[in-house]
Amino acid sequence: MIKHILKRLALLIPTLFGVITLVFLMIALAPGDPARVMLGERANAEQIAQLRAELGLDKPLIQQYGLYLSRVVRLDLGKSIATGQQIAREIADRFPATIELAWYAMIFATIVGMLLGVTSAIRRNTWVDYTTMGGALVGVSMPVFWLGLVLIMVFSVWLNLLPTGGRMNIRYYFTPITNFYVLDGIILWIKEGTPKYLWSAIQHLLLPTIALGTIPLAIIARTTRSSMLEVLQQDYIKTARSAGIREKRVIYRYALKNALLPVITVIGLQFGLLLSGAILTETVFSWPGIGRWIYISIGARDYPAVQGGIIFISTFFVLINLAVDILYSVVNPKIRLQ
Amino acid sequence: MAEKKEILLSIQNLSFSFDTQRGVVNAVRDISLDIRKGETLTLVGESGCGKSVTAHAINQLNPMPPGKVDHGKIMFRGTDLLTLKRHEIEKLRGTQISMIFQEPMTALNPVFTVGTQIADVFMTHQHMTKQEAMERTIDLFKLVKIPAPERRVNSYPHQLSGGMRQRAMIAMALASPEPGLMIADEPTTALDVTIQAQILDLLNDLKHKIEMSILLITHDMGVVAEMADRVVVMYAGRKVEEADVFSIFETPRHPYTLGLLNSLPSNTKYKNARRLEAITGTVPDMRTIGAGCPFENRCAYASQKCGQEFPAETVLSESHSVWCHNYHMVKEG
Repeated sequence: MIKHILKRLALLIPTLFGVITLVFLMIALAPGDPARVMLGERANAEQIAQLRAELGLDKPLIQQYGLYLSRVVRLDLGKSIATGQQIAREIADRFPATIELAWYAMIFATIVGMLLGVTSAIRRNTWVDYTTMGGALVGVSMPVFWLGLVLIMVFSVWLNLLPTGGRMNIRYYFTPITNFYVLDGIILWIKEGTPKYLWSAIQHLLLPTIALGTIPLAIIARTTRSSMLEVLQQDYIKTARSAGIREKRVIYRYALKNALLPVITVIGLQFGLLLSGAILTETVFSWPGIGRWIYISIGARDYPAVQGGIIFISTFFVLINLAVDILYSVVNPKIRLQ
Repeated sequence: MAEKKEILLSIQNLSFSFDTQRGVVNAVRDISLDIRKGETLTLVGESGCGKSVTAHAINQLNPMPPGKVDHGKIMFRGTDLLTLKRHEIEKLRGTQISMIFQEPMTALNPVFTVGTQIADVFMTHQHMTKQEAMERTIDLFKLVKIPAPERRVNSYPHQLSGGMRQRAMIAMALASPEPGLMIADEPTTALDVTIQAQILDLLNDLKHKIEMSILLITHDMGVVAEMADRVVVMYAGRKVEEADVFSIFETPRHPYTLGLLNSLPSNTKYKNARRLEAITGTVPDMRTIGAGCPFENRCAYASQKCGQEFPAETVLSESHSVWCHNYHMVKEG
């Protein structure tokens, strides 16, 4: 088991190496001179040459690559051109916001998606099934940014129930503790005796969570349904029934655990993809996370920031996949023993 | 001797059909049979003849819909099982009526240990703690002669051999305070011959130890000879012959039963045959089957009447009945 994990960890190295190389080439080969773009139209040749030297752009490509690689390996992602801050610092500041949003979106998608999937499987070919699966089809087809805008339109503008964006009521003069606002809200509730921070954090989370979680929800529901349908026809389900195990237990324990394998794969993949969805959702909801930061950095041609952001997100994606692999072995005893 | 005991289960005129997309399949038509206490009744017939559907109708394991009981009763200890609600039948399953299946490979849940699965049956019906249930499971493993039971309860199905899995299945079927009826749906079909013999011995042994009745479904006449007290022969959803095990082998009266016996390589009576004798033709389409005898198109003794109406029961002796217009023409060999 530990050997298995170590082996998977070792496999991460070439993957990440590929990602870093690709990101470097993408930016290096992009048309135009970054230094010229950064300094704007009125810059003179001297200033441009100075910046080029500063950025190492005057060196041959292969040497630039070597320098870049050696910095990344030391976890030095460079400085942001726009703010002059360390990029690693910028990411660390924004990551909790993204993770918090992605986490709740994933919980929402997983719980609701699996429930809907199981329900449509056991009520196959009834109106419950048709409605759910029809809804799921609409769900996967909907662009995230559009859904976000519709939600803001309905719940914030028309009904005036929920905020349009941000993470916390700005009138609260709130100083984050862990940067996970729901957690902070709970801590402050205990410390200061008022649940208003928690309540505000939840209100701000609600719409982005739905917007970001809808596509994974639909995919999880569809995967769960087909996987459950297959499992429910297996002999061991008949065995469990013939032994008098109650139907609820047969479905939610005996069948679901078997049906979980493909669902876990999908959940893992979706969690990784969620981060790219987060770029759109965070932008629509002015959510101060990594996604919105990358979006802004692209607009500002902050190349080092974009590079750093992409490398970070890719690493995260790969790590999620590793976690899924490890989870497999928890669910499937056959993998565990091999 | 078994004949004198009280009737445990009585299927009366059961008809069962499946409404499929390509038409209604009358899988079981007008089947009646009685199982007495401590008796082994075997249900014999080829694949698709309705024997499993009949057995699964007892504890409502047929998928419904598309399956549907057209008419009939299944009386068990004074109640008609077909009228029971789901939670009522769930209480009977695994306590008074238990089941073992053909494929021990797929009949055990791959993601739980065998011990957990069996202990769950104890916990469901007898409100035991997990530890008590595990201890009882180990006892059962001893009863079904699984070596090193303390270790084996923690094994996953894929870690056990086929024979061992079938023993575990049998143990699961015995996880009950009062096993009454065990339905064994081709319990040895997927096993090789030596293991087959061991499993059959075990079942016979258990039957005597804990007076239970067995409804054994098989298409293997060898298994019938080994196990049965009485035999019901089914063909295309119909019961065609019923007799004690000796009469079936000595004086079969239905052409289909005779065909089954003739196709047996080891039957001493027919050993002079130079090659195995097959029954010619194929089973009729169950969706378009007519009112006549379903065996008519393959039967060497068929007369005009056979295609028109299904024969009534002819009682040959106290323990032997046949449903054939021309039974008197059927001779052995």
